[in-house]
This record gives sequence, C-alpha cells and structure tokens, in this order.
Amino acid sequence: MIYTIVRNGFRALRRDRGGLILSFILPIAFFSIFGIVFGGMRTTGTPRVSVLVVDEDRSPVSERVVRGLQHEPALLVSTRPDAKPGARTDEPVPADYNAATAETAVKQGVAPVALIIPPGFGANPIAFGPATDRKVISILQDSSDPVAAQVVAGMLQKVVMTSLPDTMAEMGTKYIAQASGGLSPQQRENIASNISRFRSQMPSHDQQDDAESGEASGFVAVKVRDVVGEKKRSPMISFYAAGIGVMFLLFTASGAGGSLLDEAESGALDRMLSARVSMTTLLAGKLAYCTLLASLQLVIMFLWGAAVFHLDLFSHLPGFFVMTAATSFAVASFGMLLASLARTRAQLAAISTLIILTMSAVGGSMFPRFLMPEMMKKIGLLTFNAWAIDGYTKVFWRDEPISHLIPQLAVLVGSGIVLFLIARLFARRWEYA
Amino acid sequence: MATYVPANEPLIPLRIESVAKRFGEVTALGGVSFEVQQRACFGLLGPNGAGKSTLIRSIAGRVRPDTGSISVFDEPANSAAARAAMGWVPQELALYWLLTCRENLEAFGRYHGLRGKALREAIEWCLEWAGLGERADATVKTLSGGMRRRLNLAAGLIHRPRMVLLDEPTAGVDPQSRNRIFEMVEGLRKQGTTVIYTTHYMEEAERLCDRIVILDHGRVIAEGTKEELVTRSFGGRSDVLMRFSSPNPGATEWTLCHGGTLDDGVAHFSLAQPADIASLLEAANGANLEVTDVTLRRPTLESVFLQLTGRDLRR
Repeated sequence: MIYTIVRNGFRALRRDRGGLILSFILPIAFFSIFGIVFGGMRTTGTPRVSVLVVDEDRSPVSERVVRGLQHEPALLVSTRPDAKPGARTDEPVPADYNAATAETAVKQGVAPVALIIPPGFGANPIAFGPATDRKVISILQDSSDPVAAQVVAGMLQKVVMTSLPDTMAEMGTKYIAQASGGLSPQQRENIASNISRFRSQMPSHDQQDDAESGEASGFVAVKVRDVVGEKKRSPMISFYAAGIGVMFLLFTASGAGGSLLDEAESGALDRMLSARVSMTTLLAGKLAYCTLLASLQLVIMFLWGAAVFHLDLFSHLPGFFVMTAATSFAVASFGMLLASLARTRAQLAAISTLIILTMSAVGGSMFPRFLMPEMMKKIGLLTFNAWAIDGYTKVFWRDEPISHLIPQLAVLVGSGIVLFLIARLFARRWEYA
Repeated sequence: MATYVPANEPLIPLRIESVAKRFGEVTALGGVSFEVQQRACFGLLGPNGAGKSTLIRSIAGRVRPDTGSISVFDEPANSAAARAAMGWVPQELALYWLLTCRENLEAFGRYHGLRGKALREAIEWCLEWAGLGERADATVKTLSGGMRRRLNLAAGLIHRPRMVLLDEPTAGVDPQSRNRIFEMVEGLRKQGTTVIYTTHYMEEAERLCDRIVILDHGRVIAEGTKEELVTRSFGGRSDVLMRFSSPNPGATEWTLCHGGTLDDGVAHFSLAQPADIASLLEAANGANLEVTDVTLRRPTLESVFLQLTGRDLRR
C-alpha cells in the first residue's frame, strides 16, 4: 500500500514540470548563486575593497605608503578617476583626486572609501604612543558599506609597518632617547649609520607583495569620517526597503499577470475579446493595474519604513515617486511577460519563483551587491533589483537630485517597454485560434 | 427595456458559407454552410468532437476559419458591428468569481462600450431577467450552480444583442434551474432575439428550437425542423419500446429476429404502421416472453440523431 502511494507520488512529480523545477533546479540554482557570492569563486578572486587615495603630502614617505597600498591585494586603489569608456589615447589623463573630488566621488558611490594623506605627513608619519605633532590621515567613508573603512584603516597600519621600517627605527630611537635621558653623540652616530645601512638593504615594493601581514594598531594617526549618511538615523533601511520591496513586487506582478491565465481558463478572456476589447487594450489594462498595485506596495512599505525605522521619506518624495513609478512599471511588464510565456498557473508559479529568487539574489535584494565579487556585481546589473536598489540608494542615501537617476530610470522604463512588447507578441496565442 | 429590432429588417442574422477549419491534422470543420433567419431559435446539435464549439467560436470571432465566410447581419463575424449585434454565452462560467453579480455585469457591459445610464439600465434589466435581483451584491463564488449559469447568460446579453450564441447553457444544472433557463430563453425569443443554441439534451432542442442542424465530423449531416428531420429519417414509421418481465436469454435472440435492438432490457422496434404492434405482441406471446410494458411513439430527435450518427448524443 505504502509502495503504491510512494510510486504514485513519484509518477505525478515526474509529469509535473513545475514541481520538478522547484524541487531540484531551484535549490541548485540558489546553492550556486550563494556559493559564488559567499564562497569567493576561485576564478573571480577575493572581493577587493575599492579605495580612492589622495596624496597631498607628495613626500618620499607618503609616496611609499601609496605604493604599499597599491600593492595590497585586498585593496583596489585609484588615485585618479577612470578614463571615460571609449576615450581616445591622445585625450588628457584625468587629474589626480584631491580631497574635495575624492569626497564627491565617495558621495556619488564611485568607491565606499577615500584615504587622504595630508601635507606634512612624511615629516612625522608614525608614533608609538599619544603624540600631538603627527599629521592625521583622513578616511572618508560611505557608511552604507560599514566594512570597507575598517579594512582600509587596518591595511594602512600594515602598509606603514612594512613600507617604512627605517622610519619606525628612527622614531624608536627618539623614544629610547627620551626614556633614557638622552643618547651620547657616539650612540646617535652608530644608530644613524645602522639605519642608513638598513635603508640600503630594504626590499623593493615588488618584493613586499609576499610580506607577512603584521599587527597594525595606531602607528599612524587615522580619523574616519562619514561623508555619506552621517546624518541618517537608520543607515541601511532604504536599502532593505528597496531590496525587499522589489523582490516582493516581482512576485506581486507575476501573480497579477497570472490573472490572464485564470481568465483564459475560465473563458472570461475569450468573452472580453469577443466584445470591444483588443488584446493590446487588455494587456495595457493589466499592465496599468499591476503598475498601480506595485506602486501602492512600495508606498506602503516606505511609509512603514518612515514610521517604524525613521526612514526620511518625506524629504525625498520627488525622487521616491519617480523611482517607484519606474520600478513598478518595469516589474509589471516583467509580470506580463511571465504570464504570457506560461501555459498554466502551475507553470507560471514554478518559472516565476525560479527567476525572481535568482534575480533577487544576484540583484542585491537578499545581500548587498557592494559586498559581492566584481563579476557578480556586473551580473547583477542584468536584474531590475540592482537598478532599482541603486536608484533608491541615490535618492535616500546619497541625496542625489532626480537628474542623477537618469541611468536607472532609462534602464527600468526602457526594459519595461521592451518586455511589454515581447509579452504582447507572446499574447497573440490568445487572440485567435 | 425592450430589444431594439428595426421594422422589416432585411438582414440575415447569421449566414455561414463553406466554413472549413483544420487544427494540424484534425479537420474540425469541413465546409459547413447554413443560414439562420430572424427571430429563430436555431439548434446546433452534434456528438462530442463534431465541431460545434469550433463553429460557435468562429461565429463569435474567436476562431479564424481557413476558408469560407461567416456574416452576422451581413457584417463579417469579427467586425465591430458583428460583435455589437451578437452576444456570446460560452459553455464555461466565464465570470469574475470574486466580483458580485452587479460588478460582473458592469464589467462586461463596459467591455461592450456601455456607460452611464444605459449601463445602469442594462444591469437592472439583466438582474431582473436572470432572477438575480436579490443576489445582485453577492459574489459569484457564493451563488448556486444554477444562479451562476443564469449570471453567465446575463453577462452575454448585457449589451442587448440582436442575436445570441448559447453554448450548452444548461450544462451541469438541476432540473429546476434548467426550466428557469428555458423560460429566460423563451422570453428572449418573444422579444425578437435570434438564438443559436447548442446542447447535449435532445429534449431541450425539441422544446426550444424551431430549426436544427446536426453536425458530425465537421459537416452538416441534416438540417430542418424537428418534423422534417424525423420524416426524412423515418418517414411515417413509429417507435415501439417493449419491456420484458425478467431478464430472458431468449429475448435478445427474439428481438434481433424481429428486426429490433435490445438496450438495457428494453426492445426497440421501428414499425411502418402502428397496427403492426398487435402482431409483434402476438409473436412475443408465442415465444413465451412476458411483456410488462409497451410504448408506441413518434420517433424523437434522439432517434434521428442515433440513426444519422450511430451514436448517442451524450456519448
């Protein structure tokens, strides 16, 4: 008896494509995605922290620190903006970052961290204890990425230790002199001679790549400052509102689009099309409904965020409405496409669950994209989630004007139009037999 | 609200000429032709797979025939004018289950271009016609099967068409609701609406339809009034149904010997003259078969259908 029940179950599952996809393909797809995101797929290498480095000192010491940072595998150092894509070779190279342009770049999301080496740093770069005479290196951070600044600060301490051993020896001598009541001229001469010999024996920077990382704590004075989100009370809430919101919007749109399949099955679709309703009108009506429903969902979600998590919604209303309209339109078109592709509700449920969860994982709804490997970040741009989250981040996190949302709006609206047209093409199967 | 029917309207409500449709290797319609006159109730009968649904959907503009033409009041079936003149009640309950009766009627009225006062009046007329006035604000899912059927009918008539296609409108309803639907259809006819009616129930066709087309394998195999069809198939012959007292192995052989068929314990004979029944009873008595019941009747549409297609309509 039990055998018959088990056999019936497997027979039914074998003929249920949706069930098969959900049972076997979806878990494998998710396992792979999260494996890549968290497992650091070997081919893509360890995720690196992007940091903009500004050397205002221009001393031999500061230059050695910059070179040390550039050789650090965990960091992706930029000292000047990237040349524009497609720029000619004879065009002038962009100017190096200065403190102001680096801060602007962090605010715009070019990198989560900027490191400013101040003038005079090289004269007195390190201290083994409290000191008032050394210059402080500034780290400007975008606090939406709370890890990056700490990584850079730690790496800076390490680089100083490995790049400036002679300087550390000099500073150590000063402390010894202070603690012992003064060194004799002969002693000073011997120490200077040894440091000079030590300098001549220092390895080149290429050789430092294999250097062991040392303990780094406070040799260099560092001050971390938030330049984005410093006044935000709930730093990550807009990110999660957008990320989770878009994921559920996709499910909503898929469900609402599925009403087409219900109506086709019940005969209501035939009845409508036998009246004065054309297929294009019908799809446009469904699209409008899905768009409004999705917009309403986002409005409620962000209102909740404002009420409970202190999300600053009301001072960002124009950007919020523009992003909400574009995002809702794009996901609604996506829902129309899924519904027009599927033959049955069960098929739609299986396809949409697979695609939406995959898009949400890759696009940053479940895990911030800035913490993903570079390849995954790029793949994420193939999803609505990534563009929508980027847009909402610009609005709520970076306080950017609506004009800065043009790339996100163009992608969301443009892809929405294209998906709707494809859905219309597939919907021809309902028009006539 | 009365149906608008222009006086002396010369137009033919439905004209079908050589309509053929294939789906892959299957021929659904193989050159169907007929006409339906004003105010007629036209029955479209045929066994499953005969092509009835394809023909109805072609008339409704939902299937494009490969060849031939269909015109509704002299307009191509898929034209806006034909759609406005025609109402379609599909076999399925093509309704919004989470909307109320009134909301459903409003939706389908709007799909037909009704607005404002005209829409409100049409909704009230439909609710009254379908006997759903008291359940106007109930959702479809809370209605009984018969009520859903009636709402399904009403939704196809919201725009007051001059011709209506009823595709098995009584499928799955109880006898009481079926009678109610008959009355609704008869009411429509009295108002001058032309009705095209498909059904699996011969008694429905006999009661409601004044002309009948029988389809089989995508072709018209008979057309006429009920009397014409019976006369054409059986002439002046009569049916005799004879029931025996108990299962009797000899009854089968005896029935076959006398040119009859035995089905479910009842022998079925076709007699040229009603008086022949006396000799048949005498022969049964001579074979020691005890007859408990004898019925003499004019052949029905069911007999015609069986004669023409070799199949029961509901099989």
